[in-house]
Amino acid sequence: MFESTALNDKNRRVEKLWRLLFCAMTVMLVVPVLLILGVLVVKGGPAISMDFLFTDPTDGMTAGGVFPALIGTVWLVAVALLLSVPLGVAAALYLSEYAPDNLLTRIINLAIINLAGVPSIVHALFGVGAFVIFFQFGTSILAASLTLAVMTLPVVIVATRESMQSVPHAFREACWNMGATRWQTIRHVVLPNSISGILTGVILEVSRTAGETAPIMFTGAALFLPYLPQSVWDQTMAMSLHLFVVATQVPGVPEHLPFGVALVLISMVLAMNAVSIGFRMYLRGKKKW
Amino acid sequence: MDSSGAQASGTFDADRRNASWWVDRVVQALVFTGGVSAIVLIIGIFVFITGHGFGFITDHMDVGEFFTSPKWRPTSDNNPTYGALALIAGTASVTGLAMLVAVPFSLGAAIFIAEFAKGKTREVLKVLVELLAAIPSVVWGFIGLSIMNPLIIETFDVPVGLNVLNAGVILGLMAAPIMTTIAEDALKAVPEGFREAAEALGATRWQVIFKVVLPAARNGLVAAVLLGVGRGFGETMAVLMASGHSINLPTSPFDSVRALTATIAAELGETAAGSEHYQALFTLGILLFGVTFVINLTADLFIRGRRKP
Repeated sequence: MFESTALNDKNRRVEKLWRLLFCAMTVMLVVPVLLILGVLVVKGGPAISMDFLFTDPTDGMTAGGVFPALIGTVWLVAVALLLSVPLGVAAALYLSEYAPDNLLTRIINLAIINLAGVPSIVHALFGVGAFVIFFQFGTSILAASLTLAVMTLPVVIVATRESMQSVPHAFREACWNMGATRWQTIRHVVLPNSISGILTGVILEVSRTAGETAPIMFTGAALFLPYLPQSVWDQTMAMSLHLFVVATQVPGVPEHLPFGVALVLISMVLAMNAVSIGFRMYLRGKKKW
Repeated sequence: MDSSGAQASGTFDADRRNASWWVDRVVQALVFTGGVSAIVLIIGIFVFITGHGFGFITDHMDVGEFFTSPKWRPTSDNNPTYGALALIAGTASVTGLAMLVAVPFSLGAAIFIAEFAKGKTREVLKVLVELLAAIPSVVWGFIGLSIMNPLIIETFDVPVGLNVLNAGVILGLMAAPIMTTIAEDALKAVPEGFREAAEALGATRWQVIFKVVLPAARNGLVAAVLLGVGRGFGETMAVLMASGHSINLPTSPFDSVRALTATIAAELGETAAGSEHYQALFTLGILLFGVTFVINLTADLFIRGRRKP
């Protein structure tokens, strides 16, 4: 009575077929990209050395290293983080701890979704219109970082809110029952329990910010500068824009150079992401509730 | 806790406005400001780009020409024309091809990850997809320029490899991880009870997927595709570098095209602030903002539809 019928066999075959098809689709999504990354490593690898990382570009950017661009990216990311993390964490705190389920909250959520979906070039236009011209910051690190901060704000808000909401509600209730105010509860219960999740989100934001090109093109990043930025009012070079420039704007660049720049940029971004993912997995393993 | 000593006096002290109370109030006001900042920013974006583009719309724009003429010649000395049709066609063709590539693969991958893969495989695939989503767009553009370009020239024997096909495939690969992640979330959100009920009736795995899970997750899947479209539509650097950037009404995948986003990126640096050309670029920005706004809003409605069964 438990012998498989013809129908069972057919069903099993069909299922195997579908499984194989979906598996093939997944593989075809992942493999080309891995191949491409492989090519980047093979072609860009030889260009990379300590000299490449720590010297200036020379000969009209057809030789030399990427040092000023690397430093510039660090400036841009650091200033953008200083601006967006406090604002993003505050917004997440409001949404997770204070916001009632009303029209305003729904509009805020909608605004966050839209902020994340606005094309990067529109953020660039906003940056030019608002920060460069209206607030008269000129093309500077400050204007570029503000643009980047606005653009990556949704990343911080969403990641932070999620990690705050994963703190069990009973923790808060226990704290309130002791007579603590909302802020005391947040300060001593919610934040300590979600700080690592917030950090994960921040690392993710760093990787996003470091790779962006369009928003900084017209707000503060320069094609080539013979000096390093001294303050937030200076322009700066950046890795992402440098890749665009050596790949498209400069004639006579030897082939390995843009591959080297691309490899450095993508290593930075993927390393940050890997740290963020690893951190998250570690936390999930450690979670006590 | 420095409570106000209501217990000591034996009566209930209604006034609890001590230091902690005030700190609480101030923090509440601060985080509220943070919360509404998202609204302020999105309105700010709208105000600033329309503010800069409005002069063009009222004074120079010929709506008919803008949407029907393929002649984008803003730098012509005697008679600049602003026909955005070729740019719209460029964006549409590249995004369309990207979706053709990305939708089946990312939905397939999402089904595999959510329904078939287990344990380690699942974790590894999810991490890989997440890493794919992290590759910066300028790197994708460079890949189109340096790897896809010679590949297309060689495979299809065409003179130029920077075209709709190149940009479409690149954009497809860029949009796929995002669509996969959102679609997988949608599939995971289908209650386990649905699957168990179907299995209890004797349905096989694929019957469960096609007859139960996919219909139940339909709204989320539509939202995933919409957000993918939005991503492709707004992508700038990759399209700028891989599409060939020449004004064309494409008739085949091997034609070079120019996208709306790429036009802004390529021309904004060369215009004087406030000039007609500059305002025209902001007008393109308004168009981009409007379309992505509608796409995101629609996607959100679909997701909300899923949450409220």
